[in-house]
Amino acid sequence: MASTRAAARPEVHNSVTTTGLDVVEQPLGGWARLYENAALRKAVLLIVLALIWELYARWLGNPLLFPTFTATLDALFSGLASGELPSAAAYTISLLLKGYVAGLALAALLTAFASATRIGADLLETLTAMFNPLPSIALLPLALIWFGLGDGSVIFVLIHAVLWSVALNTFAGFKALSPTLKMVGHNYGLSRLGYIGRILIPGAFPSILTGLKIGWAFAWRTLIAAELVFGVSSGTGGLGWYVFENKNQLLIPETFAGLLTVIVFGLLVENLIFRSIENRTVKRWGMQS
Amino acid sequence: MTADDSALLSVRSVTLRYRTRDQLITATYRVSFDVLRSDRFVVLGPSGCGKSTLLKAVGGFIEPLEGEILLNGARIRSPGPDRVIVFQEFDQLLPWKTIRDNVAFALTASGKLRRRDAAERAEHFLEKVGLTKFAASYPHTLSGGMKQRVAIARAMAMEPDILLMDEPFAALDALTREKMQEELLQLWEDTKFTVLFVTHSIPEAVRIGNRILLLSAHPGQVKAEINSTGVDTVGADGRPLTTRIQDMLFDRVVEQEAIEHGQHASGGTP
Repeated sequence: MASTRAAARPEVHNSVTTTGLDVVEQPLGGWARLYENAALRKAVLLIVLALIWELYARWLGNPLLFPTFTATLDALFSGLASGELPSAAAYTISLLLKGYVAGLALAALLTAFASATRIGADLLETLTAMFNPLPSIALLPLALIWFGLGDGSVIFVLIHAVLWSVALNTFAGFKALSPTLKMVGHNYGLSRLGYIGRILIPGAFPSILTGLKIGWAFAWRTLIAAELVFGVSSGTGGLGWYVFENKNQLLIPETFAGLLTVIVFGLLVENLIFRSIENRTVKRWGMQS
Repeated sequence: MTADDSALLSVRSVTLRYRTRDQLITATYRVSFDVLRSDRFVVLGPSGCGKSTLLKAVGGFIEPLEGEILLNGARIRSPGPDRVIVFQEFDQLLPWKTIRDNVAFALTASGKLRRRDAAERAEHFLEKVGLTKFAASYPHTLSGGMKQRVAIARAMAMEPDILLMDEPFAALDALTREKMQEELLQLWEDTKFTVLFVTHSIPEAVRIGNRILLLSAHPGQVKAEINSTGVDTVGADGRPLTTRIQDMLFDRVVEQEAIEHGQHASGGTP
């Protein structure tokens, strides 16, 4: 039975060559290569968005509601030239950095406590569940009572904005680290600090980076909102205050210029700082595609 | 107990128990054996016989409930660089370090060598496993077999008293597995290191080991301790060693045996 079937199906033997084959390996053509460039793709998108803005604003024809892109750019450049916009931006960013760094430091403490003890982990999880959904800006009225009118109150709400997302993501990253890697760390006799610095943190780096990004975005939007509310009473000029004041004077292109500055900073930080950190770390390590 | 004096690693009546979410599991029950210097000691058993747990206990990650594990006469209490584990999982390499740094990391982390000497020794051992070309690559760019070679190089660079291998080739394809077994034996010929090797593959055990410990299934108890010459020799009863081991492990009936043996032959018998 078996032999008759074998006879019915003859064996096939081919000699394999690549001659006559069109492509084995070939570099991509010009357009395909340009399309592979993420920065270029995004730049084109931005230009298209600006074009839509310009066309819509012209069609609307009401600069008090929606100024054109070019008018906004004009306002932006004159704001930059007068030095008003740069000083507002510098003020906002220095405040932002203070709050961000303080938030990170507290997050590091909290995460360290959470990784060291079970009660610390419970504490972190409970606190995060309680406070993470609470919009930071909702704490501003209280902060104003506690810390008075000044940077202190803003830094307080910034810390609140940064702390939970960074701590939660970092801790989640620690917990998600492969048990094999943890055993490898212990196997080679790393000390406690060495273990944290050489295994835990790099191993959890994708999550940590996500936390840093979310924290940055939360901090940024909290700060602008806080300045809108609180800048009114203090008069110290951050970007939020710049936006608020120009709106009050119905300088709508200037208002848009202030908002555009906020957007540009967001894009710069995301694409220059976080992206290059990503490229140098998690992407190169193959921990993120 | 006379053999204990010359034993490098001595496992004495070790019972291991671990706790999962809702039950206590006894992994091994009163297991005893001695590993001599330069042994290729294989622990063989079906899945769930506690052989990996046993290896982790030797590694110092699990405390025995009963009995003791001695290395050079001293009781093992915690993980340490004198017993380096090569795991089955490919993710045992640190993804954020290059191949060279992965090997060098082990040497500096344990305080064995300074940075520069560590890099040098790393190069040396990478050459031994034939990966010099990939020293500057990151682990994610390597194939599974290459990753396991790096792990072996890293472990050997440490020059531990005993090398612990936890099914290091189990996740590899059959062809690569055979090649790796061959390479491991060659490395052993070079330096005659002591290795404790855990596997569930009978052909692999016969090929790698000079001494094979057979564990029964759940909880693991010692069924036999036998010698191997590395080839599947036909014994006095006319049956090859692998078949005899199968009988000892499973007390199986003859027809089942034939089927199983066919599978194993395709799975890596030389």
